[in-house]
Amino acid sequence: MIDTNVNLFRWPYRRVVGDDPETLATRLRARGVTQAWACSYEALLCHDMAGVNLRLAKACSQVGAGFFLPFGCVNPKLPAWQEDLRRCHEVHRMAGIRLFPNCHGYTLAEPESLELISEASRRNLIVQIALSMEDARTQQNVIQPADPSPLADLLARNPRMQIMFLNYGAWTDDDASEAIARIRKAENAYFEIAMNEGVGGLARLMAATSPSRVVFGSHAPFFYFESALLKVREAGLPADQAMALLSGNAQSLLRSR
Amino acid sequence: MSLNRRAVLKSLAAGVIAAGARIDAEQSASAANAHHSFRIWDIHSHLGGLPGNTPEERMEVLIRDMDRLGIERLILSQGFDEYIEHATPEQVRIENDRVLRAVKRFPDRAYASLYINPEHVEASLQEFDRCVRDGPMICVGEIETDLRCNAPQLDPIVERAVSMNVPILQHTWLNSEGNGPGESTPYDIVELAKRHPKAQLICGHTGGNWELGIRIIRDSKNVYAEIAGSDPTSGFVEMAVRELGAERVIYGSDVGGRCFASQVAKVLGADIPDEAKELILGGNARRLLEPVLRAKGMA
Repeated sequence: MIDTNVNLFRWPYRRVVGDDPETLATRLRARGVTQAWACSYEALLCHDMAGVNLRLAKACSQVGAGFFLPFGCVNPKLPAWQEDLRRCHEVHRMAGIRLFPNCHGYTLAEPESLELISEASRRNLIVQIALSMEDARTQQNVIQPADPSPLADLLARNPRMQIMFLNYGAWTDDDASEAIARIRKAENAYFEIAMNEGVGGLARLMAATSPSRVVFGSHAPFFYFESALLKVREAGLPADQAMALLSGNAQSLLRSR
Repeated sequence: MSLNRRAVLKSLAAGVIAAGARIDAEQSASAANAHHSFRIWDIHSHLGGLPGNTPEERMEVLIRDMDRLGIERLILSQGFDEYIEHATPEQVRIENDRVLRAVKRFPDRAYASLYINPEHVEASLQEFDRCVRDGPMICVGEIETDLRCNAPQLDPIVERAVSMNVPILQHTWLNSEGNGPGESTPYDIVELAKRHPKAQLICGHTGGNWELGIRIIRDSKNVYAEIAGSDPTSGFVEMAVRELGAERVIYGSDVGGRCFASQVAKVLGADIPDEAKELILGGNARRLLEPVLRAKGMA
């Protein structure tokens, strides 16, 4: 099982079980995870992103013998973000990067956002976009989820671009815009399930997108890992779809780079 | 890294075993005997947001998913239609009738809970008598209306519930973006609890912002923290057990807006003893409902 959505170190607002890499690796492995794509909670508030990514890469190399696959963070609103991206790719040899647009206060329509995503794709990096981190209604400082709509055209124009959306529960909304509808059907857009909700929610997400582009992710340790795992069980998927969701789709994405 | 079918099923089984939920016979008969199995009662469920045109059809969907996760029983309340502002007595009655129909179809899997709008006190009392005193309903709530629950209109309704040992599930929220008009908070339920020390009040969602909600209700011993309807953020159940004791924490899901998985995971994934999980997942609900169930010959 591949968990495409974990973060290392401490959630800024609360201590949670598994906020040290060793414990997180042990707990995820005990639950059947064989690989976890990890960014760092430090990225949410730090400006020294090079330092954040260095510590992330170091932890991933030291803990779990390759269990964690590091996804560094790049913030396009920081000066010289291009160097952070270069180091993720050339120094740390990361498979991808993770963006936190709502936490970092930018939209996906801004030129810097589009430039970053395009440049990351040119480097053949997977781009994960955490559209939110927490329900706005329970946040200490309210931050609305980022709107993925501005990426509809970009995805269509760049078929080699691979974008994975994390932490978003509105993909199947009945009143989704035309842009969201196009993203759902884009062959190079992937959808992670941590914030997918509702009875039959996973089946609806697969129907609205594609069973080959929905990937398993827990948002651990901020979320209880069991939530994502039990969603797969609650969905009652055929074995081939469960396999694809739990690992196959993420593997395919990695291989396509 | 590649997985075959057997490995997938094993992973799911291993993960669910680790979580403590049930495994069905098809996937792993032997595994079913290898983990702690909980009797899960869900105190907070609705028929809203589900496929199906009738209460019975929607209930079938819930039963399907309950079976997949080993959930034994639901306490079902209003919500077939989207939220009705200032619901009239007639609208309330229609909602309750839908709940009664759904429960009648699956009497071994669900109990019915009363919907009222305290803006209409006399009608609420009549509906209580129709559905609880003279009918099969065994709980009040989820009360989610346009009148905060600290309002005096609640008093006669709570007194009626106390007279029959019926617990009350009250919606509460502490929305960082601001509550809706008339939306209750944990502060409101604490006020109500002070006026009615014999009432068993279940603080729905524990205010959503549970780090605040738990603190607010901590000293009100007749208020229970209910965990439904918020994201499965780590630490919720651990803090509730630490501050309130496991006897005051109750599992609910708030389906169909939520799935069972994300909500039951809050308990199954928590770092608490199995004995505490047993209480939260069903033991506390059964203890609270036992008097009314016994009185109705339903125990």
